[in-house]
Amino acid sequence: MTYVVKPKFHHPALPKNSLGFTHRDYEGSVSTLCAGCGHDSISSAIIQACFELDLPPHRIAKMSGIGCSSKTPTYFLGQSHGFNSVHGRMPSVATGASLANRDLIYLGVSGDGDSASIGLGQFAHCLRRGVNMVYIVENNGVYGLTKGQFSATADMGSTSKKGASNNDSPIDMVSMALLLGATYVGRSFSGDKDQLVPLIAGAIRHRGAAFIDVLSPCVTFNNHAGSTKSFDYVREHNEAVNMLDVMIPRETITAQYEPGTLEEVEQHDGSVLRLRKLAADYDPTNRLGAMSYLQERAALGEVVTGLLYIDPGSGDLHDRLKTIDAPLNGLREAELCPGSKAIDAINASLR
Amino acid sequence: MSPTEIGNPDYFHKVVDCQWACPAHTPVPEYIRLIAAGRYSDAYMVNWYSNVFPGVLGRTCDRPCEPACRRGRVEEQPVAICRLKRVAADNKDDDIQGRLPVAPEVRNGKRVALIGAGPASLTVARDLAPLGYDVVVYDAERRGGGMIRSQIPRFRLPESVIDEEVGFIVGMGGIETRYGEYIGSLRQVLAEGYDAVFVGTGAPRGRDLDIPGRKEGAANIHIGIDWLSSVSFGHIEKIGRRVIVLGGGNTAMDCCRTSRRLGGEEVKVIVRSGFEEMKASPWEKEDAMHEGIPILNYLVPKEFTHKDGTLTGVVFEKVAAVIDDKGRRRLEPTGEPDVHVECDDVLVAIGQENSFPWIERDIGIEFDRWGMPVVDQVTHQSTNSRVFFGGDAAFGPKNIIWAVAHGHAAAISIDKFCKDENVADRPPPLVTLISQKMGIHEWSYDSEIALDQRYKVPTLEAAVSLANIKTEVELGFDKVLGYAETQRCLNCDVQTVFATKLCIECDACVDICPMDCITFTENGEEEDLRRRLSAPAMNRSQDLYISPALKTGRIMAKDEDVCLHCGLCAERCPTGAWDMQKSLIDMVHAAGHSGQYA
Repeated sequence: MTYVVKPKFHHPALPKNSLGFTHRDYEGSVSTLCAGCGHDSISSAIIQACFELDLPPHRIAKMSGIGCSSKTPTYFLGQSHGFNSVHGRMPSVATGASLANRDLIYLGVSGDGDSASIGLGQFAHCLRRGVNMVYIVENNGVYGLTKGQFSATADMGSTSKKGASNNDSPIDMVSMALLLGATYVGRSFSGDKDQLVPLIAGAIRHRGAAFIDVLSPCVTFNNHAGSTKSFDYVREHNEAVNMLDVMIPRETITAQYEPGTLEEVEQHDGSVLRLRKLAADYDPTNRLGAMSYLQERAALGEVVTGLLYIDPGSGDLHDRLKTIDAPLNGLREAELCPGSKAIDAINASLR
Repeated sequence: MSPTEIGNPDYFHKVVDCQWACPAHTPVPEYIRLIAAGRYSDAYMVNWYSNVFPGVLGRTCDRPCEPACRRGRVEEQPVAICRLKRVAADNKDDDIQGRLPVAPEVRNGKRVALIGAGPASLTVARDLAPLGYDVVVYDAERRGGGMIRSQIPRFRLPESVIDEEVGFIVGMGGIETRYGEYIGSLRQVLAEGYDAVFVGTGAPRGRDLDIPGRKEGAANIHIGIDWLSSVSFGHIEKIGRRVIVLGGGNTAMDCCRTSRRLGGEEVKVIVRSGFEEMKASPWEKEDAMHEGIPILNYLVPKEFTHKDGTLTGVVFEKVAAVIDDKGRRRLEPTGEPDVHVECDDVLVAIGQENSFPWIERDIGIEFDRWGMPVVDQVTHQSTNSRVFFGGDAAFGPKNIIWAVAHGHAAAISIDKFCKDENVADRPPPLVTLISQKMGIHEWSYDSEIALDQRYKVPTLEAAVSLANIKTEVELGFDKVLGYAETQRCLNCDVQTVFATKLCIECDACVDICPMDCITFTENGEEEDLRRRLSAPAMNRSQDLYISPALKTGRIMAKDEDVCLHCGLCAERCPTGAWDMQKSLIDMVHAAGHSGQYA
């Protein structure tokens, strides 16, 4: 934990976005996590993505549950809304918030304990319903706050810091997300911001349930030789299928690529996800293909990362429920009380 | 780029911008921390060892350190380094003399003559006397100090401060002062059998302005530095009501402010060039204007006007700065009518020159075509191996702190020369690099960054200070203000030291760094690398700290430019790959290093 306050001074040539903010304006208070925690890098990637997308901080809501990961919203976007919910219940709160005010950007931050154990049901239903949010799992395979027991995502055969072996099957959050109908699914690594920042930016611009599993080494309890969630292990086994650039409509694409190496996917809001293929035969719009590719590669011991699945025609919970376009706090008496004639008409239709 | 060699003493020395910029390489952050800790005497000793005249320089230094100060690149104003030095001098213990070195009883049998008792010579004396040399200091004036005493007005520098610090040196023993003795012949001095002679006679001749009317108005036209020294020694006590000071340097500023105190009510500084191009330090211009002295620019003196043998004013031609085809800046007449400015007295402060009428040209000392002696830039030895030059006498007019630096360098040479050693062999500085980590989240330096803006030095009310030429204008920082100002120092000597082997490339340092100084990236050529760092490193005068290849094949590149030395990288590093280590660069003088005075 750091006690020193991060000085307000910043680099004199720091770039500003269209709102006049530097990336420093998207910071929160200084992290109290262990020095070197992967989660802090993810916070920093979120800051960078929000800065690059010119997002006004007050239009973002940070949702989280309990755990090391769920503490992190304090450490980024200090000017945004936030809700730190009960353990594993972030998805319910986010669903409710999204229904009430569909205009905000919902950023759910959870961990492998919060989402793969106590909140597994919540996780499943949130994705299944297509809540319009970014759902980030900061996945380190251990319960850091309770001294490093295996979590549900720990790989079978990996060992704890003290050498005990994990004998249970791991839950693969990415495979589950694909199965449950998430329309934007990615995996990344806290130690690779080049990959992570655009992945988060693309997820923010995605309409529907966007899920990102971020491997985030726990430097205190799970960064040793027997771990499969350590910096070294993830770096050695990382197989990225693609590199993503998020192009906001106003930007023009200038870079030239070999034919067949570039795939562009346009999202609802006009943003273009430009994917530089690293695995030649990988098609990120094929859910079935993605699922089997993940299984094949996992069997080879590889950690597949990148934008693994994208449904360009995705919809969200609001589409399915046919809710009103305006956020509920914007409704006036006239809309809320349509009058006795309208009630009579409804009643008549039910007779 | 190849990995940075932090073992090279210059690498971290350059990061301590103030110390690197100081000709005498005073360890500035070290003494600022001592002031913050209330250890004024210790802070004074750190200064005294490096720059010999902390009390004098704390009031009058040209402060090359301040424009270099990293704080000035992070926010608007650098740390008030110079005036903090005065805080150390003002608050030191009364019995500090007990900590100064004394001449040993056993003499080494060598005799050295120092000509001129200014800052350069006195520094040589300070460095040589403790080694057992018998030093003889000659000066034409009755008291030591040279231009410190003769040219700097008392309202900027009280006589007691000069007396004290000149006294510290002369009081060490082994130094004979022959004040009031003008040296008319170097040949004669050499004939007296000295083992070495040091010439520290300054640049004593003020430049004159030879335009029509100079002769006729002579009674009321004075050469700035001569006039200042006459005032200093009490020979002049009055000046006319309307005074024109010609020239835009620091001497001009001293002349105009002195005039204000000797009866000058309408004092104007009139300068050929523009305001920005003036040689005077910005703060000296400010002080002059603060005393109600206007500075008029782009006016070239053409003629002194006079009537009945009395000066009546000066005629000026109006000019403007024009950039010619070759991009050079030139002053050209605007064609507007000339301006006549009436006055009773004129002070000419348009520069000063060296003058060596007393050095015979056939005693082995070569002179160049500008009449300057040929002197080695490093050893200060002239072409007569027994004669050394320093201060303004060596390479033309500079300032006190340069004179001190010259004195140190010359003393090393003289000592080596007297011991039949190679004078070109210079002692390297002593460098210590010590971790400042005391425990978890505990550093032995104050790593927190104060956001305070530069504090103003309190001054006397103009009405009071203008009434008496001996009343010091600046009151100096008191202890409370001084402490607040020390907190602005970024501790640039507490270095970020990177241990490649320990790094796990977790990015924690990159994420926490408030200045975006740190990047992990593919290696490349410097120009390319500078452009693709977290924040582009466009200040090329500042180095990049490059690590050897890490596990992933990438390198760590840190731009030293605006690093706050806040230690957050080390604080957030899980493996201790970053450490905050104090680099103390201790210049070795003839008399040894500062450690022995600490």
